[in-house]
Amino acid sequence: MADRAAKSTRAASGRDPALVRWTLITATLAIVGVLVVVPVVAVFHKAFEQGPAIYWQTLVADADTRHAILLTLTVAPLAVLSNVVFGVVAAWTIARFRFPGRALLTALIDLPFSVSPVVAGLALVLIFGLQGYLGTWLRAHDIKVIFALPGLVLATTFVTLPFVARELIPLLEALGPDEELAAVSLGANGWQLFHRLTLVNIRWGLLYGVILSAARATGEFGAVYVVSGHISGRTDTMPLRVEKLFQEYNTPGSFALASLLTSFALVSLALKGWLERKTRRELADAASAQNFLLEGAVGQPSPAAVTA
Amino acid sequence: MSIRVEGVSKRFGRFVALDDVSLDVPSGELLALLGPSGSGKTTLLRVIAGLETADTGTVRYQDEDVTNRSARERNVGFVFQHYALFRHMNVFENVAFGLRVRKKKAADVDRRVRELLGLVRLESFERRYPSQLSGGQRQRVALARALAIEPKVLLLDEPFGALDAKVRQELRQWLRRLHDEIHMTSVFVTHDQEEAFEVSDRVAVMQRGRVEQVGAPQEVFEKPANRFVIDFLGNVNVFHGRVENGRAQWQQFQFDLPDEQHEEGAPVALYVRPHELEIERSANGVASLRTRVERINAAGPVAKVCVSSAEFGVELNVELTRERYAELGLARGDTVYVSPRQARVFTPEYVI
Repeated sequence: MADRAAKSTRAASGRDPALVRWTLITATLAIVGVLVVVPVVAVFHKAFEQGPAIYWQTLVADADTRHAILLTLTVAPLAVLSNVVFGVVAAWTIARFRFPGRALLTALIDLPFSVSPVVAGLALVLIFGLQGYLGTWLRAHDIKVIFALPGLVLATTFVTLPFVARELIPLLEALGPDEELAAVSLGANGWQLFHRLTLVNIRWGLLYGVILSAARATGEFGAVYVVSGHISGRTDTMPLRVEKLFQEYNTPGSFALASLLTSFALVSLALKGWLERKTRRELADAASAQNFLLEGAVGQPSPAAVTA
Repeated sequence: MSIRVEGVSKRFGRFVALDDVSLDVPSGELLALLGPSGSGKTTLLRVIAGLETADTGTVRYQDEDVTNRSARERNVGFVFQHYALFRHMNVFENVAFGLRVRKKKAADVDRRVRELLGLVRLESFERRYPSQLSGGQRQRVALARALAIEPKVLLLDEPFGALDAKVRQELRQWLRRLHDEIHMTSVFVTHDQEEAFEVSDRVAVMQRGRVEQVGAPQEVFEKPANRFVIDFLGNVNVFHGRVENGRAQWQQFQFDLPDEQHEEGAPVALYVRPHELEIERSANGVASLRTRVERINAAGPVAKVCVSSAEFGVELNVELTRERYAELGLARGDTVYVSPRQARVFTPEYVI
């Protein structure tokens, strides 16, 4: 079936006239060039317009810019960390247990992908803001969430929530529970099972999820914009600072910071490409083992849960 | 260490995997759980191991009730169908795993692992990873890993299922010898009757979550308890007859009925194994069926002959010794006379 499909694609591509092929290739290259390559190059070009010395000074001389960099380097790792914990727990739960509401939970994890970040930010204000549901209680206990670091971390965590879990669910499902069951029968306790076996088996997938959420967390604007209150030197993250400098007609400062943000993105892109190859191999290995297993046990009830 | 399973039931949703199963495995015995896919044999093995919890019933090791103990506490050696080797650990670390999680001293771990790798003849493979091993080698690593924790019982799920015929044959004999050496109470699951008969002391035949019969291989083969067992244990010819004059009758053939009482005229099923049919060139005056030779397969230790009777609309499988086959000199299209030497008679209460 798949073979036939592959053949027909090959045949079709063979039949397509050169004109069609080259038109499509040129169009794609042009679109990517105009929408992706040119803007990225332009950012760096603009940033380094007056030479590296000025560039460096623009970045470090401004105390508020320095603070924004520091804040992003605080918020993003915290958000990634909470995602790692949540992602591993959620992926494990979904991959290993069958329970009512499992499909709904899987769908809910994806929700942050489709909800506009601004809406997410507003929702957080609605809950944690002074007039919000928890406002009175928070004020009574002198806890500041909105317009403070906790709010920034919450908002960033929300928008990056699916990355780690999404990456791990298929991986854990492909790996199957057999190795874990073997470890349990050999006497491993929960922690030994996790760190000696599961963590090692999912390490590349996990790292991949971490890189994706780090990249997304660093660049997050909408949700953070709403909850931060936009206070220079206090709650401005890098993307917010870029926008503010731009609004204040500080073009060199704005582009210098933007280029730094872009550098982060390019580094994660490179890491992502490298890891993608690694995880794909891992997934393929796991999947081939799984197919093998399915062939052997047609009609057997699937052992649904780890009973440890 | 003996194993005693009492009244164990297990459902997966609406699927009944085990239906009130009881089973005794005396200490030191090698028992085979034999049955088709979905018969519950793997589930039973997992319940014995503690990898699956029974809905009702108890599991005892010796006199100890282990029903509520997790697999971790039961100290059983479990060999998974597809080995479930730890893919990121080499052979040595796979075997050492059970000892490492028990925090054994490094020197002891080293000694024990090497001893086991010697036992499974994989000393020179300790630095290899599972993906670099053949199926038979993986199977042996899985076995060594299970034995490393000095288990009280050894449980094997389709241990030879994924291997090719020749390796399977070797490993079977090897497992039997190993069992004779270490004499550990062992249970293994298989859907291959030949494998079960060759390796085990006793066989438990399972179907639809029930144990249909337990006994020594020869006993199960020669005195099958019901239609399912005889049907499952290899090729068999079935005739549908009736009780007449207190005997089971199909056409001109008559056989004694089993001990149970039967009504006159009640339907009965007569089961005749291929080797229990005799072929003659002439009728010789005995009750026999006039048939035509349809196919012959003489490649093997016995000659398999398929004959058909147009008169009664049946096709029969007959197995002849090579000597008898040569003596008869059969060819396709020959007319021959077939008579059963014996038959097993079952009443249709055991409808499958």
